[in-house]
Amino acid sequence: MKLQARLTQATRIVFALLFMMAVSMSSLSAITITAQEETIKVGILHSLSGTMSISEVTVKDSTLMAIEEINAKGGVLGKKLEPIIEDGASNWDIFNEKAKKLLLQDKVAVVFGCWTSASRKAVKSTFEDNNGLLFYPVQYEGLEQSPNIFYTGATTNQQIVPAVEYLIKEGKKKVFLLGSDYVFPRTSNTIIKEQLKALGGETVGEEYVPLGGTEFSTILAKIREAKPDVIFNTLNGDSNVAFFKQFTDAGYTAESLPTLSVSIAEEEVASIGVEYLEGHLVAWNYYQTVDTPENTTFVAAFKAKYGENRVTSDPMEAGYFGVYLWAAAVEKAGSVEVDAVKAAAGGITFAAPEGTVTIDGDNQHTYKTVRIGIVREDGLIDTVWATEAPVKPDPYLCTYEWAAALPKPEGGCK
Amino acid sequence: MESLALQIFNGLSTGSILLLAALGLAFSFGLMKVINMAHGEFIMIGAYVTYFFQAFLAVPLRGAQGPKEGLVFLLSIGAAFLITGLVGFLLEMTLIRRLYGRPLDTLLATWGVGLILQQLARSYDSRNLPVTSPKWLVGAWMATPDLALPYKRLFIIALAVICVVLIYLFLYRTRNGRRIRAAMQGREMASCLGVATRRVDALTFALGAGLAGVAGSALTLIGQIGPQLGTTYIVDAFMVVVLGGVGSLPGTILASVLIGVFNSFLEMSTTATLGKVLVFVLIIAFLQWKPQGLVALRTRS
Repeated sequence: MKLQARLTQATRIVFALLFMMAVSMSSLSAITITAQEETIKVGILHSLSGTMSISEVTVKDSTLMAIEEINAKGGVLGKKLEPIIEDGASNWDIFNEKAKKLLLQDKVAVVFGCWTSASRKAVKSTFEDNNGLLFYPVQYEGLEQSPNIFYTGATTNQQIVPAVEYLIKEGKKKVFLLGSDYVFPRTSNTIIKEQLKALGGETVGEEYVPLGGTEFSTILAKIREAKPDVIFNTLNGDSNVAFFKQFTDAGYTAESLPTLSVSIAEEEVASIGVEYLEGHLVAWNYYQTVDTPENTTFVAAFKAKYGENRVTSDPMEAGYFGVYLWAAAVEKAGSVEVDAVKAAAGGITFAAPEGTVTIDGDNQHTYKTVRIGIVREDGLIDTVWATEAPVKPDPYLCTYEWAAALPKPEGGCK
Repeated sequence: MESLALQIFNGLSTGSILLLAALGLAFSFGLMKVINMAHGEFIMIGAYVTYFFQAFLAVPLRGAQGPKEGLVFLLSIGAAFLITGLVGFLLEMTLIRRLYGRPLDTLLATWGVGLILQQLARSYDSRNLPVTSPKWLVGAWMATPDLALPYKRLFIIALAVICVVLIYLFLYRTRNGRRIRAAMQGREMASCLGVATRRVDALTFALGAGLAGVAGSALTLIGQIGPQLGTTYIVDAFMVVVLGGVGSLPGTILASVLIGVFNSFLEMSTTATLGKVLVFVLIIAFLQWKPQGLVALRTRS
């Protein structure tokens, strides 16, 4: 009797768990747009649910817009593009499953997607094993060069390294490093510490909080003791909200202690609150305020499609022009075959909203203009400093002497 | 000296936040033995009530930009208590009361409820929502030129103290409080003596939920408000109740203060991640030594 009672309890738990799993799986099912005849299938793989969805949905939106624009002009190689959208659900295992599904089942020609480095690393070997093609639109920590990935976001020498140079030039030599505890902030800070040593700066503190952490009182006490000139902020996601609220309450302002953030763009400024961020610095390649004719068109088209109150940001822009770069490479190759597209991709350029971008055939990254920005009263970001021309990508920092101790690609630097 | 004082203050502040998050759980889990995984989502509801108050009711209540924004915030704390309490009451009536005495089933059922509540919030708006703190809570009190104590943190400590005092008065000075204590200490005896234990259960659970709502309101001052707000605090809340001794309110208070102070000092001498790990290790070691928790309840069983 007792055993039976225990068994029924156990089976009930098992069934309940199975039911929950079934429900959560079914909610992840794909949104597929019905096929027309003679199309080229392209995949979009972003988190449409979970903690990363706030950011990634916006990139999905701009990527879709680029696909629609290309279709309206007649498509690629005379065929329309057919987007297949998959939800990575902020879960790296699901990202990998969905990548396999897109490559093996849907047989897409290319996938546009991923945001966090963790999700990119999760799908990397899947793309390499199946000879797929991924266009990755977000700034990242560098030190990577997959033959099956094109990187349209900034690598370190197009964002973090020039940002540190800018701070030193402005006389802010005592730097406090603050980040979320995962691969991107830790790798970035390893690079920054080497660079500060070489440029005569000083790392006066280095602290990490767990992803999603909201308690900063002790870290603020450490900052008070370290007396830095500037905080280099690689916090990601929700922690930024808590940090800037508590930073302001501790009596700091952008004048008394400026911060420079590399993961806060227009979208995040709105969700953190402009009142906490006004006057603080950020580093990216694109802002909504960038003054190019292409950007005027881009912002207008985006607002017309998704609403007047939406903003455009750097990863959205990189997601957008990634589609155009791929389409141009396909036209040049005359085929969607991965090897042919890769061979044709080097030197492909496009007049993007941020300015001219060019694929570097050697490392499959993109030449991009670097811009340091300052958050203004209305939540948009003004450029305070920019490079004169697009910067050649250097993911392994081969051209920097102080970076000699950092990992180098197989076969060494060229 | 100042940095020592600041660390003690930071510890108390962390402790007061933990206490607010755990007080409600001390009722539902501590007194009623319901493993309420939806407690975090009750906290989230409280935070959203504060947001809705500010976003939609502030203007009609005080007429555009008036001096009474602080009053709107205080009102929203009360509203968060009432509305979250009502949600808890409804949940108890429809679901929890069918699961008494089956803790594992309450765990699964409330976890499911928590997921549903999270998804509702996400369907409303998947982004983080901004709550502007009242102006009189922005800034810090300079106790000495080097010791800045943020008003928000002082406010949260005060709020936690007020909650504890009110709970004490309610449990020990009112008829309903006496009924709750009676039902929790000896359900059958209380029932024999004419206490409507079903109604008492609903009241206790609603009270626990309402306190979670207050915690949610307070959390809008220091962090972000989003669908996942509750998941950040649920583990900490359970940790506090278990360390304090299940069913003991004084234990809950002592545990949250101790965890807060230990956390802030260990974090100061190590890092944020390591500090948290060390706190967990200490708690586990302590529970090995005293499985009953800090303040063990004496029972006849």
